[in-house]
Amino acid sequence: MTMLLSEKNQTVTHILCFALFVAALPWVFGLSRATSYYTDVMVFVAIHSIIAAGLSLLLGYAGQISLGQAAFYGLGAYASGILTTRLGLSPWLGIMAGMVLAAGMAYGVGLPALRLKGHYLAMATLGFGMIVYIVFNEFIGLTGGPSGFGEIPSIRIFGMEISSTLGFYYLAWTAAVGVLWISLNIVHSRPGRALRAIHDSEKAAAAVGIDITRAKVQIFVVSGVYGALAGSLYAHFVTFINPPPFDIFFSIKVLMMVVIGGVGSIWGAYLGAALLTFLPEWLAFMEDFDVLAYGIILLTIVMFSPDGLVGLGSRMINRIRNMKNRGY
Amino acid sequence: MDSISLGSQVVQYIFSGLTVGAIFALVALGFNIIYNVTEVINFAQGEFVVWGGLILAVLAESLGIPLFLSFFISVGVVALVGMGIYRAGIRPLHQPTILTMIMATIAISIILKGLAMFIWGKDPYAVQPFVDAPPVMLWGAYIQVQTFWILGISVALVVALTLFFQRTLTGKAMRACADNPGAASLVGISPGRMILFAFALSAALGAVGGAIITPITLMEYDRGAMLALKGFGAAILGGLGNFYGAVAAGFLLGLLESFATGFISSSYKDAIALIVLLIVLFARPQGLMGSSLQGDE
Repeated sequence: MTMLLSEKNQTVTHILCFALFVAALPWVFGLSRATSYYTDVMVFVAIHSIIAAGLSLLLGYAGQISLGQAAFYGLGAYASGILTTRLGLSPWLGIMAGMVLAAGMAYGVGLPALRLKGHYLAMATLGFGMIVYIVFNEFIGLTGGPSGFGEIPSIRIFGMEISSTLGFYYLAWTAAVGVLWISLNIVHSRPGRALRAIHDSEKAAAAVGIDITRAKVQIFVVSGVYGALAGSLYAHFVTFINPPPFDIFFSIKVLMMVVIGGVGSIWGAYLGAALLTFLPEWLAFMEDFDVLAYGIILLTIVMFSPDGLVGLGSRMINRIRNMKNRGY
Repeated sequence: MDSISLGSQVVQYIFSGLTVGAIFALVALGFNIIYNVTEVINFAQGEFVVWGGLILAVLAESLGIPLFLSFFISVGVVALVGMGIYRAGIRPLHQPTILTMIMATIAISIILKGLAMFIWGKDPYAVQPFVDAPPVMLWGAYIQVQTFWILGISVALVVALTLFFQRTLTGKAMRACADNPGAASLVGISPGRMILFAFALSAALGAVGGAIITPITLMEYDRGAMLALKGFGAAILGGLGNFYGAVAAGFLLGLLESFATGFISSSYKDAIALIVLLIVLFARPQGLMGSSLQGDE
């Protein structure tokens, strides 16, 4: 019991440290010359972290793959965008609506799809993502079709409009840290332990009385809600949406964030999201070579650190500890 | 336009569906060959099609090498690329899991796409049809002669592959590796060499697909991902690892797309094919004809 409590305290401490670090980051950027540019990229890191955290729960803890997360991202963005511009609703209601819609969609798709295994589940979620993408493109009356629509209002808190990049930075990271806290709590809760049992052996989990389908669908719904939240934030930050950011290649990118960061670690999802969001920016100077360089870097990471950046980090820490223990 | 009867329209859609379907089938077969030996889904499969088409375009159009010769050179080069991928990208993986192997093939497909953009640029490339002949009139529909080449070569490949896997020693050895690599190596088969060969074979299949379709559809560097997804769909629909399932599902997807384009709208063709695929998956979780690996997780 004391062990569990100290583990919980440790988690809270880690989250607080992380929150302080993120809060201080814009001031660190402020000392360098590229102030608002890095702050801008960091907003996308927050947005990508939220959607990656959802897939991390699904993939790392329940062992279920999804190549359709971009669909939830898009649902959130379009729900927010359409409700605020067409019906003049408050962005907060738009965000809520997106999350409810995504939860319903995740439930409806997850129920039949999560009975499938491995590559078949990958294909089913991929197909779902592609169908939703086609809807974004073709329901022109509602979505504006391929050219999309703009003038999505920014979010207001207590009558204060959050339109500056720095303001949105704090909003997005508040959401991202909140999601981190909720996710770590899910992992350490009873349903979280049930999920890990499913990951290890579905038969054994079923034998001790875990309702497997329910547990999988629940976590898929959580991942869908995270995706929609990320999408809504995207819509209100960029204030313009069209279909391409929500295509299946973004789903694959989210999967890469989780795997590159480290499967089985929520923190890894945040790390992976940061790397894969910054990488294209760093490689932009290479112009037409950027795709090639991007691929080579990804392959190198997968090759030399199959358990992701988190695995690489913990191995390095262990090595240093071992060296200390040996008295070096 | 009134003179075109429904019957001739249907014939037209059938042939265009079979043409696209043949390429899906070849990509799906490529997926299956590698999957059966390694359990890896090689998402770089679509890039082989692109490379096959683009290399053929350079050899036959820019360098003026006879088409027949260019065809075999391009297929050979892509087979070498396939082997290179395994050697450089898949074999060096430490304690590979299915997930890291999939990530590796996705990274490789990005690299191949980047290389293709670097070598050939972003413009589409054209290749002359294999035989310069006017379209054939068939039941009121105009069919390009290249279509018959595509269908003929695809059918010939399927027959040749069947014979290869059932009659030749190498083919039997590959099937043995797929069933049980440990037992296969006990009787003197090297699983490593068989995997290398599987990569070469499936790359060559993709390259043939690219070479035969380019005269009709042109080819450009970024076509690979979509082809891979369609081929993956066909492989899944037919039952992963199932040879005839892949061929049947490839043609079925092609026909679905073609009829959806003709009778509903080209913008919904992918959606309709996907919805059918999802319905089949939900009703039959192992694909139409069942997976080759029974009882696997």
